Amino acid sequence: MVKMRLTQAINAAYFEEMERNERIVLFGEDVEVSMFGDTRGLHARFGSGRVRNTPISESAMTGMAVGAAMAGTPTICHLMFSNFALTGFDGIANQAAKLRLMTGGQARLPVTFVAAIGAGTSTGAQHSDTPYPMFMNLGGINIAVPATPADAKGLMKSALRGFNPTIFLLPRVRGATAGEVSEDSDFLVPYGKASVLQEGTDITIVAIGSCVNHALRAAKALKEDGVSVELIDPRTLVPLDTDTIVASVRKTGRLVVADEARDRCSAASHIAAVVGDEAFSSLKAPIKRVTAPNIPMPYAPALERALLPDPEKIMAAAMLTMAG
Amino acid sequence: MSQSDLHHNFTPGPERLKAMLERMLLIRRTEEQLGADSRSGELPGNVHLCAGQEAIAVAVCDHLSDDDYVGSTHRGHGHFLAKGGSARSLIAEVHGKSSGACGGLGGSMHVTDLSKGMIGANGIVGGGIGLAAGAALSAQVAGQGQVAVAFFGDGASSQGILSEVMNIAVLWKLPLLLVCEYNGYSEFSASATVNAGLIADRARAFGMPTEVIDGNDLEAVWAVAAVAIDRARKGEGPSFIEAKTYRLRGHLEAEDGFLQAPYRSEGEIDQWRTRDPIPRLAQRLVELSALTATDIEALEANVAAEVKDALQFAHESEPPGMERVLSSVFVDQRP
Repeated sequence: MVKMRLTQAINAAYFEEMERNERIVLFGEDVEVSMFGDTRGLHARFGSGRVRNTPISESAMTGMAVGAAMAGTPTICHLMFSNFALTGFDGIANQAAKLRLMTGGQARLPVTFVAAIGAGTSTGAQHSDTPYPMFMNLGGINIAVPATPADAKGLMKSALRGFNPTIFLLPRVRGATAGEVSEDSDFLVPYGKASVLQEGTDITIVAIGSCVNHALRAAKALKEDGVSVELIDPRTLVPLDTDTIVASVRKTGRLVVADEARDRCSAASHIAAVVGDEAFSSLKAPIKRVTAPNIPMPYAPALERALLPDPEKIMAAAMLTMAG
Repeated sequence: MSQSDLHHNFTPGPERLKAMLERMLLIRRTEEQLGADSRSGELPGNVHLCAGQEAIAVAVCDHLSDDDYVGSTHRGHGHFLAKGGSARSLIAEVHGKSSGACGGLGGSMHVTDLSKGMIGANGIVGGGIGLAAGAALSAQVAGQGQVAVAFFGDGASSQGILSEVMNIAVLWKLPLLLVCEYNGYSEFSASATVNAGLIADRARAFGMPTEVIDGNDLEAVWAVAAVAIDRARKGEGPSFIEAKTYRLRGHLEAEDGFLQAPYRSEGEIDQWRTRDPIPRLAQRLVELSALTATDIEALEANVAAEVKDALQFAHESEPPGMERVLSSVFVDQRP
C-alpha cells in the first residue's frame, strides 16, 4: 500500500494500464500540461502517438473517441471540466451511449471520458456542475464517481480493461485528499458494487462523490450522539448497486442520501425512489435528500457554502430522520 | 472552380466499371424496393433514399478493403452496400428483423456492418464525421495502412464537428478522406439558403488537398478518390472531395404525407434525371464497346433476383426478441 492523492491514483492507473495494453490512447485538452495532474508524465513516457493534446474541440473529441474505440483502440478522452462534456454531448449521448444497441451488439466501445465535477472553489456556474443525473439517463453508458484514491485507481483500471463506454468523474474537492492505495498491478474495483464504508444499525446514509467525506464526518458526530450509521458509497451510478442499498435500509429502516448534484431528477431522487419501491414497509421515517437546490451555482464563496451539502446538513437530515 | 489539388489520370478499366455499374444498380433497385415498402406502410420507420447519388459511394468504396472504415449518414443504404454489406442484411434490417445487419435494433438510419468496416449510418447529421475521424486515428496508431472515409452531405457541412475534425485531421495527418455529397438540400432547405460561401473553400482554408467534382460522373469520382486514398495510406494526411450530386427522391419517403407545398421544382428534378449516374455509366461502357444491351439486361436481371431474394429473406425472418436488446447494451453486463 502507498499513500497518494486521488489524482495521483488515477495517474498510476493510466500508467499501469497503458504499459499493460499498448493500444490504449489518451487525448484531451492540455493533457501534456495536465491541469489536474492526473495525466502528468504520460506524454513523456508514451509519446505523441498515444498521448495527444487536442484543440478545444469537444464535439470532435467525443466523436473521435467513440470512433477510435469502435475501430478497436481503447481511448481515454479527457474533457477537463464536466461542463465541457455538454459542448461535446453528441459523442457521449447519441453515439457512445447508443451505438452498441443500434449496431445490434456488433460494436464494442472501450472509451472512457474523464472530467472533473463539483463546486466549492468559486469557479462559477459553468465550471461547477455535477451533471451525472443527465448522464444516468442516457441508457447505455457506465458512470464512475470515485470518492477515495483506492476506488479511483481500481475503477479506472477496470474501465480501461473493459469494453463498455464509461464516464469517469473526478470529485474536485477530493483531488487533494490522500488515502492508501494498492500497488498491485491487477488491483481492480468492479462496476455495480457499492462500498460499505462503515456498518451500522440505526440509519443508512448513501453518499456520492464529494459527499462521502462529509458523510464520514457526520457519521462520526452522530456516533457521539449514540446513532449508529451504515455508510454506503455506490462508487458507480451506472450500474447502481441497489441491492446493497435496499438491504441496508431493510436493516436500519432509515435513509439519508447525500449528493452534490442538483436535486431534481438526481441520483439522490432515483435512489430514494428505488428504496421507496423496494423497502417501503421497512421505512420508519420519510427518506431525506441532502442535495444542491435547482439553481446554477453562484460564485461568491459564502453562497456556495450555503448551497452545497456539508457534514452539518447531513447530520441535521439524519437527526430529523431519527426523530421521524 | 479552382485548380486541381488531387491530380489524377487513373482509370478503372472496363471490367471494374462494369462491377461498379452493377453495384450502383443494386443500390438503386434495393432502395426502390424499400421506397415502395415505405409508401405501402410496410416499414416500421422512415427511409432516406440516396437515388441519384450512388456513384460517389460506389467509386470511393471501390478503393477500400474490409479493413478500411466508412462512416456514413442517415442516407446510408448506398454506403452500406458499396462497402460490401449484403442486400439481405440491409433489407431485413430496414424491415426490423432479427436477421438484419443490426438485428433489427438499428433500422435504416443505423445500418452497420463492422465485419466490412462499415462503422455505421448515423441518425445525427455530422455524427459519422467524428466516428470516421476516430477510426482514422485508430488506423494511424495501428500503423497498418488502413484509411477511413467520412461521407456526409452539404447539410452536415454546417455542423461544427466538420470544422473541428478538419482542423485535427490536418494537424495529426490522419488517414482520412472527407467526402461531401453535395446534393443541394439540407433536409428541406436549399443549400444556398443555409450555406455561406463554398464548402470546399472551408477545407482549403485548413490546408487540405481539396477537389470539387461532378459526383454523378463515376469515373471522375473514382480517379480523385484514388489519389486521396493513396495519400492517406502513405501517411500524407487527409483530403476533401466535394462531389456535386442530387437526390432524385425526397429527404425522406414519407414527406409527401406532410409537406404542404413542394420545396423543389419538377423541372429541377427532371433536369437532374438526365444526369443520372447509372445510365450515364452504362452509356459510357457502351461507347467503350464494353457493354451491350444484352449485358445490361443480364445485370438488371441479376440485381432484380438479388433484391427479390433479400426481400423474401426479410419477410421470412423473425422480429428480434427482448433478449437481443438486453445483450446489446453493454458487453458482459446487463443493463
